Amino acid sequence: MSGEAYELPDEINTVAGLLSHLVSRGENFATVFKDTKMVRVAVNQLHARPDHPISNSDEIAFFPPVTGG
Amino acid sequence: MARILVQQENFNLSEELDLLRAGRTDMGAFVTFTGTVRDMDGSLNSMTLEHYPGMTEAELARIAAKAETRWPLAGCTIIHRYGTLMPGDNIVLVITASAHRKAAFEAAEFLMDFLKSQAPFWKKEDTGGETKWVDAKDSDTSALDRWR
Repeated sequence: MSGEAYELPDEINTVAGLLSHLVSRGENFATVFKDTKMVRVAVNQLHARPDHPISNSDEIAFFPPVTGG
Repeated sequence: MARILVQQENFNLSEELDLLRAGRTDMGAFVTFTGTVRDMDGSLNSMTLEHYPGMTEAELARIAAKAETRWPLAGCTIIHRYGTLMPGDNIVLVITASAHRKAAFEAAEFLMDFLKSQAPFWKKEDTGGETKWVDAKDSDTSALDRWR
C-alpha cells in the first residue's frame, strides 16, 4: 500500500466528490478511479459509501474488492 | 469478546480449540472452519496475501461483534494469515462456540461470508512465474444477502 498527505480542495467534502476529483489528477489516476465499481473506500478504517462526508483530518483508503478468506 | 489475530505464522486448530474451551463447561457446540491455499491444477507456486493493517483487525472485530448480537455465542476465534503461503497452507481459522449447534453453525457461516466480502485482504497468485491479483467473486458479495 502507498499513501500521501493531501489537502482537500474546499468544495470536496464527500467520498464521491473526492473520487471524481482524483480522476482529474492525471492519466494514472483516471485509469484507476474511473471504474467506480472496482474502487472500495474506507474512511478512518471503516467502509464508507459515496455520500460519506470527509475532511482533511480523515484517513481515506482506496482499494479493490477484497479477496481474503 | 472474540479472539482476533492477523498474523504471518501458522495457527494450530487443536490448540485454539483448547484455548477457547479452557475452564468452560457451558459450551455444548463448537464449529471450526479452516480455509487453505487451493491449487486446482498443480500450477500454483505460491499465494501472497496483503492486508490493511489496523483496519483489518478492526473490521474482523466488528464482524465478530455483529455475530455476537445475532447468536448467543459463548466464544469466537478468528485468525487470518498474511504474507506468502504455499499450496495447502492454512489461510483462515474461524471457531464459534455456543450452548447448541445451530447458533455455532450459523455464526461460523455468517463470519466467513462477511470476512470474505468485507475484511481488507487481497490475494496475489504466483503461477509459473506470473503473478496475478485474484479477482473478487460476485458470489461472495451475494452470499451476504441471506443474512439481511
